[in-house]
Formats: sequence, C-alpha cells, structure tokens
Amino acid sequence: MTTTYYDVPLLKPPVWTWEVPTYFFVGGAAGGAAVIGAIAQITGTNGSLARDARWLAAAGAPISAALLTADLGRPERFINMLRVFKPQSPMSIGSWTLTAFSAASAAALLPRSAEASLPIFAIATTAAPVSALLGCGMLTYTGVLIGATAIPVWNERVKELPIHFAAGGMGSAAAALTLLGHDDAALNRIAIGAAATETLMGAILEFTPTPASAPLREGLSGLMVRTGRVLSGPVPLVMRTVNGSRRTRQIASVASLAGSLLTRLGWILAGRASAKQKPSS
Amino acid sequence: MAISAFLTDTTLCIGCKACEVACKEYNGVPADGFTWTGRSYDNTLQLGHSTWRHVAFVEMEPRIGVGGNSGEHTTWQFLSDVCKHCEHAGCLEACPTGSIVRTELGTVYVQPDVCNGCGYCVVGCPFGVIDRRPEDGRAFKCTFCYDRQRNGDAPACAKACPTQSILFGDLDDLRARADARIHDLHARGVNDAVIYDPRETSVGGIHAMFIVRGDPEAYNLPAKPEVPTVYQRSGWRSAAVAAFLAIAGTALAFVSARASDGESASMEARRGEAHANGARRRSGARESV
Repeated sequence: MTTTYYDVPLLKPPVWTWEVPTYFFVGGAAGGAAVIGAIAQITGTNGSLARDARWLAAAGAPISAALLTADLGRPERFINMLRVFKPQSPMSIGSWTLTAFSAASAAALLPRSAEASLPIFAIATTAAPVSALLGCGMLTYTGVLIGATAIPVWNERVKELPIHFAAGGMGSAAAALTLLGHDDAALNRIAIGAAATETLMGAILEFTPTPASAPLREGLSGLMVRTGRVLSGPVPLVMRTVNGSRRTRQIASVASLAGSLLTRLGWILAGRASAKQKPSS
Repeated sequence: MAISAFLTDTTLCIGCKACEVACKEYNGVPADGFTWTGRSYDNTLQLGHSTWRHVAFVEMEPRIGVGGNSGEHTTWQFLSDVCKHCEHAGCLEACPTGSIVRTELGTVYVQPDVCNGCGYCVVGCPFGVIDRRPEDGRAFKCTFCYDRQRNGDAPACAKACPTQSILFGDLDDLRARADARIHDLHARGVNDAVIYDPRETSVGGIHAMFIVRGDPEAYNLPAKPEVPTVYQRSGWRSAAVAAFLAIAGTALAFVSARASDGESASMEARRGEAHANGARRRSGARESV
C-alpha cells in the first residue's frame, strides 16, 4: 500500500505553457532544415532545395528565440541564459546551441559567389555544415531537456525522447520544404525515413507501457500525443510510399507538421498530468 | 567552514506553525491564498513559491501508550517541511543562468537578481519544493536565511520554534544528534521513529534532515528521490544516435536519389526539378554556386 499525504502531489507541475512545446516544434524543424540544406549543398543535388532549406533554418532560429523569451517569467532577462555555460544543464546547452545555430544558419545565407571577399566566402562555406551539426543539437536536445527531469512520464522515456523528437523535426523540415514547392525524390526519402522512425517510436511508446505512462494514454494529453504520433508517423509513411501524386505528398506534409506540433504540446500536458499523479514508489 | 543544516524532529513538533509565520514575516514572503482545505489543520498543504516552511498534519492510526494517546484518539504527527538543500540539488544542476548557487554555508540559494524565470528548476526538483511565482515571474524557495546566517543568527524558523523541534547547526553535528535521538526514541518505545536523509540515493543526502514516525511517504517525503541529472547520460547517448541517423539518413537519401536519377531519369525526378525551377523563379533569389 502506498501512503500519501492527503493525495497532495509530491512534484510541482511544469510552469511552461504553449510557447515551449511550440518552440520544440519550430526549433526541431529549423534544425532539420539545416541538416537538409547542408547535405543538399554538399551533394550538389538540388540548388534551390538547398537554398530554401537554409532559409527555413535561418527563419526558424529567431522565431525559436522569440518563443523561448516569451515563456520566461522575466523576458527582459533573457540574456542571463548566456551568463554561464553549464554542461550539466540541458537548458544551458540548449540556449547556447540555439544562439550558435542562429548565427550559423544566418551566416549560411551569405553569398558564396566568386565576387565575395575571401572572409565572407570562407564564412559562407563553413557556415552550412556548422549549422547542420548545431541543427542536430536543435533536433535532439529538447528530448534530453524534458527527459532529464523529476517528472516521471518524461524521465521514464529519456532514451526514446531524443530520437522521437529528432524524427519529428526531420519530418517537419521535409514537410515544410514540400509545402514550399519542392518535390525532390531525396526529400521524399527523408520524409519517409522520418515517418518510419516516428512510427517505430510510436509503437514503442504505445506497446511498452511504463509505470507512469498513464498521461500518454489517458485524458487530453493522451489523445494529443496519440493523435500526433499517428499524424507524423503512419499517415505520411503510407501516403508517401504509395507513390501517389504530388498532392498526396503535400497532404502528408500537412499531417506531419500537425502531428509534430500536437505531439509536443501533448508531451508538455502529459508532464503536467504526471506531476499531479499520486506518488508511486 | 561548517556546513549549515536543519534537523526537524516531528516527535517534538506541536504544530503551532510559528516557523511558517516567522519565515513569512522575516523574509517578506507574500500571502498565497486563504483557503480552508479540510485536511486536518493544514491549510497550506505544500511547500511552494510563497511557502518556505510548511507544517504537515498527519493523522495516524491510534497507538496506545505512545505520545500519551488513549487508544480512541488519532495519533497526530506534525512535520515542518522545508527545502532539503540537497547534496546533489536538482534545481541547482538544472539552472541555466547560474542564478541558483551553492553558498559557502553549503546551502542552495536562488539569486533573485539573476533568475529569469525559465522554470527548469521547477521540474528539476525531486521534492517538489521550488516553484515560479506567477505574479513575479521568478522562482523562489527557502533561502536558509542566508542573510541572517551571515550575521551570525539562526534562521527565522529555527529561532521561532518553541519546542526545539527545528534544530539548526552544523551538518555533521546534527547527523550525530539525529542518531542519538533515534537511539533515545527507540529506547523509549517509539520504535517507528526513523531518520529521513536519503544518502543512498543519487541525491546523496540532504542538509535539512527529518526525524519522522512511520512511513516518510505519509509526510510527502519521497522514498527514493533521484537528482534528474542521472537521466542525462542515456538521454545524450540517444541524442547522439538520433543525430547520426539524421545526418546519415539525409546523406543516404540524397546520394541514393541522385543515383537512381542518373540511371532512369524518372518522371518523379523531372517533376521535382521542374518544381525546383518554379520555386527558383518564384522566389527570384540569386542562385549561388
């Protein structure tokens, strides 16, 4: 028998509102876009895809920063995030990653033409690969951020969350580029890979229940994460592999984006529900 | 220098809440509601951004002979809860601004002039102590009366306690004192008295220890608190795997798509190129080499 103190929750629920999960979505998509942009450029496959991906990454960075600042209790003190570098704090690592990513993804937009001066050319050439590496941080660290907390429903899934969020971020980036008018075969393969990973992670989360996994199955949070992972996993996976029309791939992209956002909003809600659950030992 | 510590002994607490009041008064902590909870005489219920000492009222099965009860009456235990000032503090590890620091007294202190209210400490605390004050925006918790200690004075709660249920002193001294007290209580027949100081968990012990009777969870003290930092290793490992998959998968997608383009010049590829050209025309941006 578990004894409790008048069923008063032991833990404090996360204070984050919609800004933080929306940032997870935007930042993940921007990180994924940087990866696509850099590799498209290196492989030299599709110049316009590479350019649009770089623009997407560069546009996502300031939106991410704005969302995170808006969530702070004291937004005017956002710069304190860069007061120290603390490797033991995923929030600190994330703040520095976002800052560096913003700079690198903006620098990746510099012209790499022959007329450009040597320093500009050197910055522009290295910025895209650097932004891709930092983009990997953007794709994954948010999973560690919520996984390494006292909230049971999050910390039980600390292994799955970075892969889950990275797949969502890659899928969102590919989806956004599809909706921007690209229908590249490589882009479709990236989206299929992301959707397949999301399907696998969804199956793991669904069929291997953990002691505190109730908020991922019940209530509004359960509905949101379940709907979200279907929309970003099996739905685009099927729609993109059936070799249908461009229209089908665009609809799949809308599903991916909606699913990815819904999943992240749902995970934060699940964290709130988890903190309020009866302490179990 | 000595490490500051609290030893809060529930067997001596009379539930007067002088500690709660002294803390609020001295630290200028704002009121946080006036509600009747119906949970015994406890109308505060938990520690929070504006409750840094909280007296829990635990009603237990009647136990004859112990504590002067007759057998018909509920045994009443009071516990003045407080921030644990953990050896490995989740809030401190989580804080990205360096606002939360370990002081020279060994206490965990939030610098209000640095905190920007990111809220990460709130989910970092395995005891549910620290919280963000909505009307202020910053996170607050017990300061261990840092200013009073600097002036050589005891924290307000310990000073106000009329029964010496709250002892303030050096960590090692109080640990020895807790052992002696438990020995004494057991000798007197209070066999269910235990020390709450989770030194065997990743928290590594606390600087605000408790002597409780029965199951610590009845007082909302977690049986196995873990500092969330312990989850990071497997999290970052997964992040590395995910990053590798993202880069390798994307590279594979481009390389394989180009290979199949070259072989068959498929409809899809031509369509893709046409769209790409369209996108280029629409945006009108200069194409770089």
